[in-house]
Amino acid sequence: MHGQPRKAPKPEDEAASAAKAEKLRNLQSQFLCFHRNNIYSKEALEVNAKLLEINPEHYTAWNYRKLAVEHRLTQSESDPDSVNSILNEELKVVESALRQNFKSYGAWHHRKWVLSKGQSSLDHELRLLDRFQKADSRNFHAWNYRRFVASLLNISEVDELQYTTDMINKNFSNYSAWHNRSVLLSNLLKRKAQVFFPKEKVLNEEYELVHQALFTDPDDQSGWFYHLWLLEQTVKADAPLLVSSWPAHDSNLILLGDSCLEDSALSPFNTFHSELGTIPLVVYFNKAVEGVNSSTISVESVLNMKGELTWKPLSTNNSQTAQVWVTYLNYPDIKLHSSEFYPVEVSVGHSQGIISSNGFHYSHPSRFAFKVFVRPFEKDLAGHGVEMVSWREDNFLLYESHSQESNPILSLDQLNIKDDHEESSSKWRAETIANEIALFRELLSEINCKIGKLTLARLLIAHDMMMSPIANKVVHSEEVIELYSDLMMLDSPHSQYYKDERSLVLLQQITSNMESLLRYCFRHGDRTSSFLGNSICLRLNNLSLSRVGSVEKLLWVQMLDLSHNELRSIEGLEAMQLLSCLNLSNNKLSSFTALGPLRLLKSLKVLDIACNEIGSHSIDTTRYLCSSPLSHTEEIGWSHDEMVTGDVNLANYWEAFLIFKDLNLTQLDIVGNAIADEKFKSFLVKIVPTLKWLDGQQLQLH
Amino acid sequence: MGGLAAEKHIQYILTVEKRKDDFVSVVMEHLRMSGAYWGLTTLDLLEKLDTVDVDEVVSWVMNCQHESGGFGGNIGHDPHILYTLSAVQVLALFDKLNVLDIDKVTNYVAGLQNGDGSFSGDIWGEVDTRFSYIAICCLSILRCLNKINVEKAVSYIISCKNLDGGFGCTPGGESHAGQIFCCVAALSLTGSLHHIDKDLLGWWLCERQVKSGGLNGRPEKLPDVCYSWWVLSSLIMIDRVHWINKEKLVKYILDCQDLENGGISDRPDDAVDVYHTYFGVAGLSLLEYPGLKAIDPAYALPVNVVNRIFFGR
Repeated sequence: MHGQPRKAPKPEDEAASAAKAEKLRNLQSQFLCFHRNNIYSKEALEVNAKLLEINPEHYTAWNYRKLAVEHRLTQSESDPDSVNSILNEELKVVESALRQNFKSYGAWHHRKWVLSKGQSSLDHELRLLDRFQKADSRNFHAWNYRRFVASLLNISEVDELQYTTDMINKNFSNYSAWHNRSVLLSNLLKRKAQVFFPKEKVLNEEYELVHQALFTDPDDQSGWFYHLWLLEQTVKADAPLLVSSWPAHDSNLILLGDSCLEDSALSPFNTFHSELGTIPLVVYFNKAVEGVNSSTISVESVLNMKGELTWKPLSTNNSQTAQVWVTYLNYPDIKLHSSEFYPVEVSVGHSQGIISSNGFHYSHPSRFAFKVFVRPFEKDLAGHGVEMVSWREDNFLLYESHSQESNPILSLDQLNIKDDHEESSSKWRAETIANEIALFRELLSEINCKIGKLTLARLLIAHDMMMSPIANKVVHSEEVIELYSDLMMLDSPHSQYYKDERSLVLLQQITSNMESLLRYCFRHGDRTSSFLGNSICLRLNNLSLSRVGSVEKLLWVQMLDLSHNELRSIEGLEAMQLLSCLNLSNNKLSSFTALGPLRLLKSLKVLDIACNEIGSHSIDTTRYLCSSPLSHTEEIGWSHDEMVTGDVNLANYWEAFLIFKDLNLTQLDIVGNAIADEKFKSFLVKIVPTLKWLDGQQLQLH
Repeated sequence: MGGLAAEKHIQYILTVEKRKDDFVSVVMEHLRMSGAYWGLTTLDLLEKLDTVDVDEVVSWVMNCQHESGGFGGNIGHDPHILYTLSAVQVLALFDKLNVLDIDKVTNYVAGLQNGDGSFSGDIWGEVDTRFSYIAICCLSILRCLNKINVEKAVSYIISCKNLDGGFGCTPGGESHAGQIFCCVAALSLTGSLHHIDKDLLGWWLCERQVKSGGLNGRPEKLPDVCYSWWVLSSLIMIDRVHWINKEKLVKYILDCQDLENGGISDRPDDAVDVYHTYFGVAGLSLLEYPGLKAIDPAYALPVNVVNRIFFGR
């Protein structure tokens, strides 16, 4: 019971309680009888009113009152005095119920219902609300009711904004007031209402207001979320933008056939194997969008491509909205024998249609272009079987780069058209962030507080993001990483939050320029077998990574080692459409649904998920992030597969079935997971017919 | 600190179920259907559902059904979407959904959807995102989600999303953990979690953990065991539960037990009730406390019950 102390009842209390119970029980049963028989007499209404005074949560009693009102209104035949007196009686009943429980949904709704009839005076309502605010300024029923009354009275948003200012000035520790302020202000800004445009001046004033809250008592959360919102308003662009692509702008892509020769003149960052003569074309936006199709993105190439391109959203839950989209360029077989450069030009957003989830259109049409060089098809090495890929340390050699190496992670920011308004607002952005950084450094010099460190970290990251097209590296990464390390100690219950943030910053640092990236690039192979084409393996193992990030800079990766980290999720990995070999061993993956992103990696052949925690947990934290029948995003067609799996109860392995059935893996390592017993392994072999190696053992062909 | 006093809680629930005459029981008569759901789900999580007479429960549940198809909180009480879901959930626990006239119930629920996609609680028109969740959950359990306009239902829920990443009861309503649970679960069940900024909401949610290890429902409020469900299940559905300290939360919930008489309260040393007993045990299940069945964070039913509905035996 909320707020009622636990104590053994004394005999006199028990007697009083029994009497109370008897009284209420009688009222309730009398009431139900009147209700059942549709009796709306004065006596019946009094019983009901007494009942609601004691127990305003009795919802049927409120329903009855509405029926009674309607009955009495038809009888009074719109005589205004009697209508008024009927409705006023209802308002009194509500007030007396609210005195018993000012959080009663039934009471508040009944009041709204009465007032919605439009025949009562509204003067009293604001005074009533003031009383409730004084009693409890966080009562959300009262705030909701205020919104209802303000709309009936046509009170302007500007006046209501002033009300929140008054509330905040009385007591800044009023999250409800800050919340309402954010709603009103964002509406006024969106409408570009007078005085609220341009937004820069308004935001400056809001920063000043919220600073008072934050700096007076840094441990009070009331201003934290409002300040974060201001930061977002300052830094983030509303309209979606193209952030990166693969192939990258200005790149020369070497398309290799089924086999290849080692050629030191070829940059491994730009070579790509295509068994089927298709090249994925990946576009990566700064936020989730829909409406990407062959009308909104046009691809021009000298080559004769088959038909119109179909764009697919890389969404792990089968939705039509995604941050990353892919299509496939088909090159007919005969072309593989030639040896030419084919230019490809991609125009994004020249016709309307690409739109973000929150309704903003892609407004800066852009183009990027690359060339495809088709390598002559070498003598076929048929009979060359699939080799097992080993991830052992001695299979890797640090990649030595050439001086002319092209940068695979060129940012597309340069391609975005900037207008005049952009120039002045980016100046204001830079100034505002710099000012906030200075203020928070000052705060931290006086008080060692969590919100100070966290906000400073966020500000420094925002600063680096704004500067990144111009600068060649992120300047504050070291300081930010240190701030997160401090926070992990200062606020240890939330240490995994700071750890996740730290992983993102670390990856930003690694991918910020060629020099730092190259430290993690390796050639893979061994003395006896051929190299796996010319591709690079990006080795990000042993970095205490708990989360994946900066994927927009890693679209070129074909082989990735993320082993020996602390990954619980691989969210974001679905964008790496070229990925064919992935090592996730020795992480903290706790369910098959966490591997959801892999379902979108059509090139994936080699997967190592050994030594994770699949099968050790009763609760699945990615159950609803992966498409499945539970979320109505996918059906599982058991019937024809039931024969294949024989005696296994598919219901036990439905998650594994979902993940593996569409993958064409040739090699899988799964040992070291509680789920991986013999029964499960034989199930796997049946549902992944392409599998040749399982836990290092070569499988017998059927 | 001891562990979970499972036996005591089981006895407490069985006792409360029989108790009808004391003041607390009388004042909660109108929501007995939800009380049944809380008590019986707790028993099932503790693997003791068989201590209850199935036929008695099923018969009582069906007596609460109104001619409109909806269920009331008790016999003779008006139908409401809240108690319709509780009734369906109780029948699901016992694998007795087949006693229902599915069309009758689902038509009642679907009929409560409004033009803007929102749902009313009953014919009297109160609108709240709680009811959106209830409708979606109820129809999902009965495999009839297509009876409503899902797209509009989702867009109404999104219109209640706030700038702090959370959700309120109606557009513009303050973020509150209970409403957030309803919206996140509704979006989960309709494959719409991509509308949520998981990092933003995850941070707001993880900051509900206060020094004592308990969780509150919104900033600058006191912790309460029921938020061990509302906040925790929301964090789990968006895969951010590792952002709180699970051990401290377990300790908080265990400290809220009445080790003498059984039951769990909102805060240590407050009076216990079935509502908080359920949320405490369900919270412990989500925290993978040993000896408890796993509970599904979106359907709020044991995982084996959900799997039975979707994947058969």
